[in-house]
Amino acid sequence: MTSAPDAPEQGFRLSQLIYDTRYRSLTIQAIVFILVMGGAAWLVDNVIQNLNDLGKDFNFSFLGQRAGYDIGNAIIPYNNDMSHGRALLVGLINTLWVSFLGCVAATIIGIFVGVLRLSKNWLVARLMTVYVEVFRNIPVLLWILVAIALLTDVAPSPNAYKVNQQTGEAQASMLLDSVAFTNRYTAIPSVHFDRSLGSLDTALAPISLNFLALVIVLIASIWVNKRMLTHAAKVQESTGVRPTMWWKSALVLIAPVVILAIALGINPEEPQIKGFNFTGGTNVSNSFVALWLGLSLYTAAFIAEIVRAGILAISKGQTEAAFALGLRANRTMSLVILPQALRVIIPPLISQYLNLTKNSSLAIAVGYLELRGTLGGITLNQTGRELEAITLMMLIYLAISLSISGVMNVYNNRVKLKER
Amino acid sequence: MSDTQAHSVAYVRDTMLPQQPAPAGQSGAVQWLRENLFSGWLNTLLTLLGVALIYTLVMHFLPWFLHGVWDANSIKECRTIITDRYGEGATGACWAVIRERWHQFIFGFYPPELYWRPILTFLLLFVAVGPLLFTWVPRVLAWFTPVYPFLAVWLLWGGSGWTPIMIFAGFVLGAAILLLLSPRLGSIMAFSIGAFVAILYFLFVVGLLIGGLQAILPWGLESVDSAKFGGFLLAITLGVGGIMMSLPLGIVLALGRQSDMPLVKGFSVVFIEFIRGVPLITLLFVASLLLNYFLPPGTNFDIILRVMILVTFFAAAYIAEVIRGGLAALPRGQYEAADALGLDYWKAQRLIILPQALKISIPGIVSTFIGMFKDTTLVVFVGLFDPLKGIPDFIRADFNWKGIYWEPFIFVGAIFFILNFAMSRYSMSLERRLQRDNH
Repeated sequence: MTSAPDAPEQGFRLSQLIYDTRYRSLTIQAIVFILVMGGAAWLVDNVIQNLNDLGKDFNFSFLGQRAGYDIGNAIIPYNNDMSHGRALLVGLINTLWVSFLGCVAATIIGIFVGVLRLSKNWLVARLMTVYVEVFRNIPVLLWILVAIALLTDVAPSPNAYKVNQQTGEAQASMLLDSVAFTNRYTAIPSVHFDRSLGSLDTALAPISLNFLALVIVLIASIWVNKRMLTHAAKVQESTGVRPTMWWKSALVLIAPVVILAIALGINPEEPQIKGFNFTGGTNVSNSFVALWLGLSLYTAAFIAEIVRAGILAISKGQTEAAFALGLRANRTMSLVILPQALRVIIPPLISQYLNLTKNSSLAIAVGYLELRGTLGGITLNQTGRELEAITLMMLIYLAISLSISGVMNVYNNRVKLKER
Repeated sequence: MSDTQAHSVAYVRDTMLPQQPAPAGQSGAVQWLRENLFSGWLNTLLTLLGVALIYTLVMHFLPWFLHGVWDANSIKECRTIITDRYGEGATGACWAVIRERWHQFIFGFYPPELYWRPILTFLLLFVAVGPLLFTWVPRVLAWFTPVYPFLAVWLLWGGSGWTPIMIFAGFVLGAAILLLLSPRLGSIMAFSIGAFVAILYFLFVVGLLIGGLQAILPWGLESVDSAKFGGFLLAITLGVGGIMMSLPLGIVLALGRQSDMPLVKGFSVVFIEFIRGVPLITLLFVASLLLNYFLPPGTNFDIILRVMILVTFFAAAYIAEVIRGGLAALPRGQYEAADALGLDYWKAQRLIILPQALKISIPGIVSTFIGMFKDTTLVVFVGLFDPLKGIPDFIRADFNWKGIYWEPFIFVGAIFFILNFAMSRYSMSLERRLQRDNH
């Protein structure tokens, strides 16, 4: 057995740093590091010098000062005596709220349109194609502006909903007798409880105990239902016969909530025109409705394409195989097609949710005060602290984005193909 | 046994009957309708709903379109004309605003006597990108492509004619050093030296050269300030500029993210994730409010250039992710084959990996471009006159056109639709053209 002769021992030469692949990557990384850090140092140095020249400093104490401006659509209690920090929080909650509702609406419309685009009905498929192409190829800002123009220009004033005493008719009629679009706000029904359990005061906002009780009961029912289903699966595995579950599930899921709601005396409160305005129900500002509508309709076009691509990605053989096994159409869909399609659908869906959240910063066009409107708008202008406000705003958006993609990735990992 | 019967039968038909058309219910329009529109109760219901929807839309909007007025000087005049022609209570479109202000929608406040410059730039754009996009364009024109950006900037903004030439000369200088030295010193050293010399040239020499040459032989175009840019001129300038600069940057970032070197990879990841995590509006605010904090005191440069830099970063981060997908989709064997051939990193990327990865990424890249072109409308929030909100708001500020909403929306929306739809159709045709099934 002969051992290979040792490589000729040569001293380390400087040229090896460039030509020897063992050292080259280290050299490149060192140079990149120096360049990036040098660039960063240069930027920071400039910032310090510029701030000095302007006589400014870098601190966030302005968040504690009195804000002094009103926010029309504050979800948590807010008045203009509160601090800029509180205004920031209001804006952040508004951002999250409109993004959440937008994602929900966009998903529903998107699935609807995506599935209908694959329909065998020629006319409906064409109509949906037109919808997708039109909304995808025109900037979202236009849709938001169209929505606000529709609401402020075309919608009647609240007065028009008033019943004329002579003719017994109103100029405008409410949608389903419960929603009224007016040029100032949209009146929608709200939930009213006859018996109130009072409310829980927290630092953020008072929480109605009635809603809390309903949510807790609902969560408990879902948990019990899940346990029952697990049990049913176990029985099926051991005996081969699955106990009839649908009515038990329905009972567990629906009955407790309904009983509690009746006990609390739940009833919807419809908006009524009284004098010049709607009372009862909730008046949602038009800026919110326009933003929500524009974002949802625009994003839905993208989600429709994602859904369509996801369904098309599942080969026809899968459907045929399922039919050959004797599965019916709806079982095929829920057991064979959808689980596979979801794998294709979810990653791009995540990025659409992120896009919608980021696009909610277009609220500036309709005057809805969300994070960009409060922290990056009025607070910034009042305090003149561009550097702090914009840095903070970017970090908050970054945190939102990272958490959305984190949560959705956890879900994606659960549904993705398990390779063994 | 059975064949005996044939002979025993008295009469056997020896000619074929001519083919008959299918029964009336199973051919032509009737059959098509039955299969595509009325094949079941659900299908019928959907058809009826679709017809009802189209009917409502047409009944609602068609009269408005048909009653359009092209010849008027104010919205009031429009309304009078419509009432005169179609009776009390009739509504109609007032296209007169488009007829009167189309130049602002297209060019913003660019001086009218200089309109030939943006138009020429736009036409030359097709000459420059033609050889890249279409195979039937002569390849010779590819020489024009690298010249075009300098020419375009000069045509649009004007100024001394020496500026684009001398800046172009800097790039030529760097490239010449790279080509001359690379056989002797290897590509990395040659690239570093070339880049170093070019940077020195840009920092210290180019300004003197331009000043000196301009003093000796002054020539150039009337300069146009960035504040005069607006409308689709602004949107297309930002869009095309961003696209041209973000593609190379995106490729570099994607390669950086796929790199084996942890530091390079780390920096790329941080950059990409940071840019992708924040809305474009905040980046535009950085461009308009913060950029002068980050630059040496007294530096003040053009707002369009600032916005374009941030738009480029934004698009580059998205393109990097698209290309990373393409790189990841390549079979491992392609990388191994490149190594087996003894190619170094850059040669392997240039000859084997990137052509395939870019081909896979075409749909994603084009949709990023479409998204970016649409996003150029957001510059209105940093005080530029975009065609969608900036210009219409400006026009509505005129008392004559106060309260006109739909016509500008329709006009601008239609142009955006046509441009973006054309881009997406082109990308589909490109995909088909580049399709190789034997990979």
